[in-house]
Amino acid sequence: MNWVWFHRFGSPPYFYAVAGRIVPWLAWPAGLLIVAGLYGGVVMAPPDYQQSDAARIMYVHVPAAYVGLMSYTVMAISAAIGLVWRLKVCHAVAAACAPIGASFTAVCLITGMLWGQPMWGAWWVWDPRLVSMLVLLFFFIGYMGLRGAIDDVQRADRASAVLASVGIINVPIVHYSVVWWNSLHQGASLIRKGGPAMPASMWVPLVLVIFGFTFYFYAVMLVRARAEVLRRDRGGSWVRELLTAPEQPK
Amino acid sequence: MSQFLYMSGYAAYVWPSIGLTLALLVFNILWARQLTRDAQAEARRRIASEDAS
Repeated sequence: MNWVWFHRFGSPPYFYAVAGRIVPWLAWPAGLLIVAGLYGGVVMAPPDYQQSDAARIMYVHVPAAYVGLMSYTVMAISAAIGLVWRLKVCHAVAAACAPIGASFTAVCLITGMLWGQPMWGAWWVWDPRLVSMLVLLFFFIGYMGLRGAIDDVQRADRASAVLASVGIINVPIVHYSVVWWNSLHQGASLIRKGGPAMPASMWVPLVLVIFGFTFYFYAVMLVRARAEVLRRDRGGSWVRELLTAPEQPK
Repeated sequence: MSQFLYMSGYAAYVWPSIGLTLALLVFNILWARQLTRDAQAEARRRIASEDAS
């Protein structure tokens, strides 16, 4: 197999140009999917037979949880690739994932609290699923804090990549926490044996929001990664060519 | 309409959840745009100072 196409992404000017072209193709579907999914979930879907309208929190809580975990996975894999092959574009991508992933994880935890209070009678319980998700948030914050604390960019890349790679162990723990331990949190209801535990009028909007948040994540992440690549290479000749070209980039 | 906003009594939990989510989505877009502008401005300053010297 020819891997040249992949290696080219290690080149900052190539990454900057291609990422810039991809972003609108992610951003517009993201907006449409999120609007359609939230309309379908919050307005059109029937109330839950047990939880009534409180179950509508699901349409933001579950996608936020999914994208939080996905962000961490992308961040850890990218950081590990950057560590092994010393690709600064990969470190830029990993750094771009962290704040977005942290936002989604925080949204998941806070909407979970807003759901837990009326349903469980408590804002927070020390449950395996909740605690492992909180640990995920701490890994994101730790990763950003470590990067911020080291002035030398290459040392910051390496140290934070080690932290990100170690933290990947937490991702399967979050996923299987409801299986391995007795948990107050409900188990998988969407992707499970026997199909979704809800009618199509509920799972279709949920899936739309999941895809919407996923597209959103990649769009915002690429914008951040481009800014990071530009910041690192600000003395480079390609940046000069780019910014002094007759047609200015947006 | 008020029936819809009432959310069978769970309005105080449902609407803040959705509001917070949308607020963070908007915030992350603005933040990423600001980073792009800052990076471009910084690079332009550097080019200008190199050209001046």
